[in-house]
Amino acid sequence: MAGEDLTKWPDQLDFSAELAKIRAAKPEGVFVFYPGAHGVQFVRQFVQAGLKDQIKLYQVFSIDAITLPQQGELALGSLGAQQWVNDLPNDANKRYVADFRKKHNDYPSYYGAQAYDSIMLIASAAEALKGDLANKDRVRAELKKANFKSVRGGFSFNTNNFPIQNFYIQEAVKDADGKMTVKTIATAISKAKDPHFEKCPMK
Amino acid sequence: MDYLAIQILNGVQLGLLMFLLAAGLTLTFGIMDLVNLAHGSLYMMGAYFAWTLIGWTDSFVLGALLTLPAALALGAVVEAVVIRRLYARDHLDQVLATFGLILFFNELVRVIWGPAGKSIALPAFLSGTVEILPGLPYPAYRFAIIVVGGVVALLLAWMVQRTRTGMLIRAGASNRRMIGALGVDINLLFTLVFGLGAVFAALAGLMAAPILSVKIGMGDDILILAFVIIVIGGIGSIKGAFIAAMVVGQIDIFGRAFLPDLLKTFLSNAAASTAAPAISQVLIYLVMAGVLVWRPTGLFGPRT
Repeated sequence: MAGEDLTKWPDQLDFSAELAKIRAAKPEGVFVFYPGAHGVQFVRQFVQAGLKDQIKLYQVFSIDAITLPQQGELALGSLGAQQWVNDLPNDANKRYVADFRKKHNDYPSYYGAQAYDSIMLIASAAEALKGDLANKDRVRAELKKANFKSVRGGFSFNTNNFPIQNFYIQEAVKDADGKMTVKTIATAISKAKDPHFEKCPMK
Repeated sequence: MDYLAIQILNGVQLGLLMFLLAAGLTLTFGIMDLVNLAHGSLYMMGAYFAWTLIGWTDSFVLGALLTLPAALALGAVVEAVVIRRLYARDHLDQVLATFGLILFFNELVRVIWGPAGKSIALPAFLSGTVEILPGLPYPAYRFAIIVVGGVVALLLAWMVQRTRTGMLIRAGASNRRMIGALGVDINLLFTLVFGLGAVFAALAGLMAAPILSVKIGMGDDILILAFVIIVIGGIGSIKGAFIAAMVVGQIDIFGRAFLPDLLKTFLSNAAASTAAPAISQVLIYLVMAGVLVWRPTGLFGPRT
């Protein structure tokens, strides 16, 4: 690793000093975590500094359906990793994305997909108990089964109640209509478990 | 060496942007004795005006140029409708009223432009890099900020030091009551100073817009830094604001560019990379405190 930097969060949106450091260090790639407006600014300033042609940009949460309208073509070709992408080929996701696009005429974001999953999970528990949610232990037991079709593909809870799920590599591309979006190019890890679950006895 | 040069340029660019914002603030505070918290709102309105006008004219330069008279008009209206009633009031009333203006402008932007941020795309000739020295590329747009900011700073210095209006402004900064007694139209001078401040704030806002986001509350974040600058420089002093802005720009960049490596020489890597942003964040406030101990009215403030 050539170097790392923590910038002031959330008030720093100007990355001139950091980009000069990146230029001087000449790394093969840069990995950033800048959700929301910060992702928009970083990508834009990264391109303005002329670094995009020289250094690969990798990110999490920094290029998505929320930020792409403002990043536009500047984000083209950048890679990221996430547990959900709008083009995952499972039936639940196809339905979610099609319904969302019909209603909002836009791609759903990861945040929307996550909320959709949460609602489906709660619904699965409520249906299994036929609406009787008075006994909280039974509700918890039903939730733990994760008996629902996740838009992420496979989904179950680990012993520490963290999800066991896939992570996908996504690339920022243009769709057939010329609109910016992200598409899956590979599965990074199948059935990933968080690295600390064995140390958590849930007590 | 190249790296150092680039970082110094980054500091100059940040300093010039801050100077444009601080210049209007120090003038209104020093000459009109007005605490204007809404100065950051004028900065924000400059960015939104620029977004609209650039979209409307389809030209970055033309839209940016049109933003300036629009900001002057806005400044004159705000002065006539709200600010003029505050001159005779004490500072607390001014703080309350101008804080109200911040809320008003933030809500106005939400109504007109919506809650989502906007981005201003740069024209091709500003979106790449320029070679300032052979083999030393620098973002063209940041270089343009340095050029425009530098020219505006020189113009302002010329106006304040060499013209009759500038003389009145300087006289107003040192003794308002006296120039009123000498028959100068104080109301006109105040409107002019406030309008000028609004134009500089809008210029800073529109130049920052393609680097930072155009968003609600963008001026509130940067206003505190502008107040720090005018306090360091001495309230009412353009020269002081310029020097303080340059110092703050360099300190901020230094803290981000060199402090982590400096700390790593005697701290662990993890401790250094956590401590560096925290220290660089308080660095300018430490400088301000130091200056105030040494010179309670700032570097170029009025001597009592």
